[in-house]
Amino acid sequence: MPPDQLSTIFAALADPTRRAILAHLAQGEASVKQLAEPFAISPPAVTKHLKVLQRAGLITQGRQAQWRPCRLDAAPLKDVADWLEDYRRFWDASFERLDAYLIELQAKEQHDREQ
Amino acid sequence: MIANNSAATTLTTPSDQEIIITRVVNAPRSLVFDAYTNPEHLPHWMLGPQGWTMPVCEIDLRPGGAWHFVWRRSDGTEMAMRGVYREIAPPERLVCTESWGGDWPETLNTLILSEEGGKTTIRQSVRYPSKEARDAALKTGMLEGASQGFNRLDEYLATLA
Repeated sequence: MPPDQLSTIFAALADPTRRAILAHLAQGEASVKQLAEPFAISPPAVTKHLKVLQRAGLITQGRQAQWRPCRLDAAPLKDVADWLEDYRRFWDASFERLDAYLIELQAKEQHDREQ
Repeated sequence: MIANNSAATTLTTPSDQEIIITRVVNAPRSLVFDAYTNPEHLPHWMLGPQGWTMPVCEIDLRPGGAWHFVWRRSDGTEMAMRGVYREIAPPERLVCTESWGGDWPETLNTLILSEEGGKTTIRQSVRYPSKEARDAALKTGMLEGASQGFNRLDEYLATLA
């Protein structure tokens, strides 16, 4: 994946409406009208978001004249998600230990005060 | 972008140069600050997943002072990281640079601790010097991630809603 595409993906994912659209498409393909329904925005506004997602390679749109269903293409998303998830996992595991260690330190402080 | 798979540790990417991790711990911030800056404490917790130890933890806690951490896995694999402290304002703020060496870009890391009702919110941000540097790091990390063969897409998509 070229680095500039990674930037496009990050920018595409930065918007909550676009994240919701992706989550919707994770359940299966949908038309622009169907995607617009849960949001208080017009189909043209949804189309704008879809173009951003399409440029990032995250969705594809069918060619059928009538309803042109949108589909999620999850491969690029998986790369970004894996990287961030590894990072989050490192810290989550460390914080679990920190929690336990802080309890230990506070118990020791308490004990020292009582001596 | 939010990848928040547990209620506890939250990761966000508010801009294309920054990654922020937040977590609440049950201790006053003076103690948390100490846990981040005292070489006696760090090797007890900043270890990531199971199986790693931190045999080297050198800290020269003053502006311009260097720090150097080395992690070791039971199979002998090592990871080293170093940087320089920029700002030290106990018990609330710590700023330092961080570098993994090689092609890894140097980042500016800011730790902010806020306390309420005896609990401390940890907010640590990693800022890449440029979008390109972030992408370079992402690419390196992706190779490692791919080799581990994790498949967490379903989990991740569930968090997008």
